[in-house]
Amino acid sequence: MTSLPKPRGALGVAVLSALADVPEREVPRLDLAPESADDAALTLWVLHELAYGGFVEVDDRADGEPELMRVRRRLEDDLERQLRDRWPGVPEGVDLGTGFFDWLADQDGPSLARFVQAEATHEQVLDLLRVRSVYHLKEADPTTWVIPRLPVSAKAPLVELQYDEYGVGDPARLHSHLFARGMEASGLRPEPGVYVDDAPVEVLEQNNALSMFGLRRHLRGAAVGHLAAFEATSSLPSRRMAQGLQRLGLPAEIVGYYTEHVEADAVHEQVALRDVCVRLVAEEPGLEPDVWFGAWACLDLENRTARRLLSGWGVAA
Amino acid sequence: MTEVRARADVELCPGGPMLLRGDHVVRDDDGVEHRTTRPVSAVCRCGKSASKPWCDGTHKVLPAKLRP
Repeated sequence: MTSLPKPRGALGVAVLSALADVPEREVPRLDLAPESADDAALTLWVLHELAYGGFVEVDDRADGEPELMRVRRRLEDDLERQLRDRWPGVPEGVDLGTGFFDWLADQDGPSLARFVQAEATHEQVLDLLRVRSVYHLKEADPTTWVIPRLPVSAKAPLVELQYDEYGVGDPARLHSHLFARGMEASGLRPEPGVYVDDAPVEVLEQNNALSMFGLRRHLRGAAVGHLAAFEATSSLPSRRMAQGLQRLGLPAEIVGYYTEHVEADAVHEQVALRDVCVRLVAEEPGLEPDVWFGAWACLDLENRTARRLLSGWGVAA
Repeated sequence: MTEVRARADVELCPGGPMLLRGDHVVRDDDGVEHRTTRPVSAVCRCGKSASKPWCDGTHKVLPAKLRP
C-alpha cells in the first residue's frame, strides 16, 4: 500500500497533517492557497489517491471528508481553468470521426519515445520508468470512473476496451501488473506511489488531470477524448520504447510491457475514437468540444512532461 | 429509449485495420497461423505493420492514398 509522499508547500503540510488525524479529529477549515504549482499538484494528487488505493497512514474514511472534498474541488477547478486557458479551442473544420487521427498526427511535440529509442542512457530510462510508474501502476483506473456516466452505446465499447486493459480477467495480464513486473525486473520498486517524490510537477498535473476527468461528471467528454488521444499516441511510441529498452539491455519483462501496448493500443485507438467518442457525441452533441479539449489536454500535458524530463537531462526538446 | 445498433463482429476501419471480435485463427501470407489473444484484435490491412498479421498503427504514417 502507498505511503504518503512529502508535501511541497504549506497547503500540502496542512492537508497531510489533517489526514493523519482522520477520523479522530475533524479536519479544520483549510482556506490556505497553494504556495506553488508543486504544492497544488502534490496536494491534489494526494486527495485523488484517497479515491483509489489510499495510504497506509490514512484512515479509509478520509475519502469523502467534506473539508478535504472542498479543497480537492478548489484545486481541480484551478487545474481545469489553467488547462482551458491554454487550450486553443475546437479545431476548425475537422470531423471527429474521420479527421481525428490526422489532426493528432499534425500536432507537434517532443517525443520521449524517440529519445529512448536512439539516445537515452540506462539511468535516464530508469528516471523515466520511475515517473511513468505514477500512472502505469494504476493504468486504466482513472477511465473506469467514467463508465457509469456514459450512454449505453458508448458504455459497452468502453468496457470492452477496459476489459483488455484489465487483462481479460487474468490478473497476471493486467497492464498495471505487467508494468509492476517490469519495474521489479529492472531493479526498481513496484509498489504504487513510491516514486511520487521524484515526479516533477508536470507529471503530477498529467495524473491529476486524468483523475479529475474521470471523477468529475461534467468532464466525461474530456475523459473519453483524453482516452482516444492517449491510445492513438501509444502504438508507435511503444514500439520505439521497446526498441530503446532492448538497445540498453533492459529485462524482457519491461520490454514486454511496451510490446504488449503496440498491438493492444492499435485496437484501443479504434474502439476509443469510433465506438466511444463518436457514439457519445452522437447522443450528447454538446459534449463534442470537451472531447477535443480532453484530447488536446492529453497531448499538452505529455509535451510539458517531455520537455521537463528532456531539459533535466540536458537535451534540447 | 435510444435505439442502439448491435456491434459488428468484423469491422473495417476506414484507413486502418480490420477489427475482429472473439477467438479466431488468422492465417498470414506465408501460411503461418496466429491465434487471437484479446477480446478484439486489429488485423493489418495496409501491409506495412511490423507485427503482422496484427496492426501496429503504421498505417497512420502512410500517405492517405496508401492507406486501406
